[in-house]
Amino acid sequence: MYSRLSLSWITSSWAVSLLLVFPVLAIIYQGLVPAQALFQHLMQTVMWDYILNTVLLILGVGILSAMMAIPAAWFMAMCDIPGRKYLQWALMLPLAMPAYVVAALYTELLDFAGPVQGALRDLFGWQSAQDYWFPNIRSMGGAIVILASVLFPYLYLLARTSFLEQSDTLMHSAQLLGKTRAQAFWRISLPLARPSIAIGLSLIAMETLADFATVDFFAVNTLTRAVYDTWLGYGNLNAAAKISSLMLVAVVLIIGLERFSRRKQKVFQKSMGQETKHLIKLLGWQKWLASAFCWGLVWIGFLLPFLMLIYYAYSYFEQSWTEQFVRYSLDTLLLAGVVALIACVIAMLVGLFRRLHVRRGSDIPARLCSMGYAVPGTVLAIGILIPLGWLDHRLNEVVEFFGGTGPGLFFSGSILALICGYLVRFSAIAVGAVEGSLNKIPPSLDMVSKTLGKSSFNMVRKVHIPLISKGCFTALLLVFIESMKELPAALILRPFNFETLATYVFEFVSDEMIEYGALPAIVIVLVGLIPLIVLSRSIEQH
Amino acid sequence: MKKGLFLAASLLVSSLSAPSVLAASEEVNVYSYRQSFLIEPIMEKFTEETGIKVNIVFAKKGLVERLEREGKLSPADLVLTVDISRSIELVEKDLVQPVQSETLEGNIPAQYRDPADQWFALTTRVRNVYSSKERLGKLPTFNYEDLADAKYKGKICTRSGKHPYNVALISSMIVAHGEAETKKWLEGVKANLARKPQGNDRDQVKAIKEGFCDLSLGNNYYLGKMVNDEKQVSWAEAVEINFPNQANRGTHVNISGVSLTKYSPNKDNAVKLMEFLSDDVAQKMYAEVNYEYPVKPGVALSDLVASWGEFKSDPVSLAEVAKQRAVALKLLDEVKFDL
Repeated sequence: MYSRLSLSWITSSWAVSLLLVFPVLAIIYQGLVPAQALFQHLMQTVMWDYILNTVLLILGVGILSAMMAIPAAWFMAMCDIPGRKYLQWALMLPLAMPAYVVAALYTELLDFAGPVQGALRDLFGWQSAQDYWFPNIRSMGGAIVILASVLFPYLYLLARTSFLEQSDTLMHSAQLLGKTRAQAFWRISLPLARPSIAIGLSLIAMETLADFATVDFFAVNTLTRAVYDTWLGYGNLNAAAKISSLMLVAVVLIIGLERFSRRKQKVFQKSMGQETKHLIKLLGWQKWLASAFCWGLVWIGFLLPFLMLIYYAYSYFEQSWTEQFVRYSLDTLLLAGVVALIACVIAMLVGLFRRLHVRRGSDIPARLCSMGYAVPGTVLAIGILIPLGWLDHRLNEVVEFFGGTGPGLFFSGSILALICGYLVRFSAIAVGAVEGSLNKIPPSLDMVSKTLGKSSFNMVRKVHIPLISKGCFTALLLVFIESMKELPAALILRPFNFETLATYVFEFVSDEMIEYGALPAIVIVLVGLIPLIVLSRSIEQH
Repeated sequence: MKKGLFLAASLLVSSLSAPSVLAASEEVNVYSYRQSFLIEPIMEKFTEETGIKVNIVFAKKGLVERLEREGKLSPADLVLTVDISRSIELVEKDLVQPVQSETLEGNIPAQYRDPADQWFALTTRVRNVYSSKERLGKLPTFNYEDLADAKYKGKICTRSGKHPYNVALISSMIVAHGEAETKKWLEGVKANLARKPQGNDRDQVKAIKEGFCDLSLGNNYYLGKMVNDEKQVSWAEAVEINFPNQANRGTHVNISGVSLTKYSPNKDNAVKLMEFLSDDVAQKMYAEVNYEYPVKPGVALSDLVASWGEFKSDPVSLAEVAKQRAVALKLLDEVKFDL
């Protein structure tokens, strides 16, 4: 049916995806070496606790964020509730908050010495910690709540877009057939949104699996911590790689579940023609409840921590506003921008490849690009250093062979290593977003353009790219924010005299001095907001 | 999208052409496990005196592994550690080289440097036991062994057992009592914990103030830091600092150290910096700014540290302690200390 794609497209899709998967392969290779005594010792002692905790955390965060995101997305897409205009973008705001900063802030707020427990003690005349029970924020439960309240926008964004793209006519038909709104939601809206929900949940699950800073701060022992302990405590890369391979299995499972949940399901629902969306009018108390629910999410995931940051930044402004701080801000911004753009290009390359090159295995490049997302940052850093370090050594040998002075660590010692690390880690997000919108373009459009004699290239330019621009934009945005916030890989891969804002803030957080890190944390948040604002504008225009 | 591609490419190129770390001659590159804001004032002083620029990469974890990967192309000249076992690890992995320097030998007593001159201690730090002023008072006869005493059930707080400071303490217990005995002790301590190990050493003092526990493990300099912090001074006032095992082997002491990397590209500058760090100015700053014990004899302690009085430190060889590290980690897993 389709004409051949140009050879250069095919090769570059494969080449890029193989490059991106190389660090992951390097880790798997390390993990394949037969088990040593240490790994067996871990299996006999603590490994099952780590695995159980990881599963609990992922399930907890997944369920809680679904309970937060899906109702919110549905209200925003379908209902006319008070404050809708602000809420529809405000609900994205928690994405800009680094989880470990939120964790540190809520610990300040909710632990024994914090204002909440202090007020309770004053109110009830309690004297010491023994006099009353208060949930300990530094716990599994605390980690679930914090992670869910900053990660749910992934699901919210995807589910909302999906609800919005659902044709009104479907809902009208349902009503004509005598179904209630609730029935229509469960039987039409939700199943139609299922692919997007599955992608959103799998993104959240993978983010949770890879999180280090938050679980570390809350002393929750997950597999990420096991990898850190094994690699950096026992100094055993082999066993650490084995645990990482375990985590890769988990990711394959998550992705597999996501695919399985929408097997054989293809959704073509682009509303054709001029259609005006009719918003559902909720009853008085219903709409206030819905509004309060959504505002509650915004407060927990964004406003409250953000106000705390502003308060700290104001109180400690003199100590925080330094030359370094300004420089790190600019550097981080540039870095995240570059990474987001490249990731987007990669996503389009492999996404379109998959669509246009209909052969067995043409979806492999997209899958390969997504593998790095699962690897915790620290392990990934090592996966990056192995091939880049090897390249550096060879490069220097060649240059020296011809009598020159080697360039030193040209790849692994420069910002290039960090860019590569981020790309390996975050391409999955871009690929997922672009693929999601590509899948929604009915194949008939391709056929039509073929019939009209368009070449593949022209079809992509005139048909696909305009139709997936929203998806690309989401991709750009998500990768940008993630790169701004990324921590563990940056800690290891950053070159001399280079800090990202995240590493800068983490230094303060890890020393329990979040007050001093508040100003740079605000910058991470504010800069993360810029693309959110742009995005919300483009949503309004559509 | 073409525009976007072009923009990306040009940004990439411009970020690559940012000043290379390999260029200038008068500089020295440091991989530091110590937090940079602690050592930056000292490095600034060095630059002021010598004109040599100091570049620092700070990370709590992974620097040794990075050095290993970089091999002979590594730009690093010096590694600053906060724990003896890290220093020993550098030697064992053959990542560092010996330094023969009369200044270093003169400044650092023999027990605080490697006999083969591959690592040098710059400061020593004590693993103290903090006790609640109100509920326990000062404990002059306390031993680390007592942490497992059933009478302290639910009264003890500590950071993760796997933190290098605790691992070193447990290693020193293994040297003193053997593996089996230490495991029993660890089980006892675990049974006495008021809460799952979490936070840093200061958090434990805070927890004592708040009444969650009565005893905690913590390095000496944290008390100094807390006394001088507006918010934390009330935590510090709630505790007494104790030096355990005074009637027997003495209190466990760890070091912060420095080593010269094997392939140091700026060796002369690096040795200058090492010597500077071991000398009066820097040693005094370590003592005054960070409340550590300087290794150079004759350098005054800060008034606060001096006020805690003299104490007997465990004379065991630090290299012996570091050797037990793997066993200590294994025991921690076996008793599920952090879980």
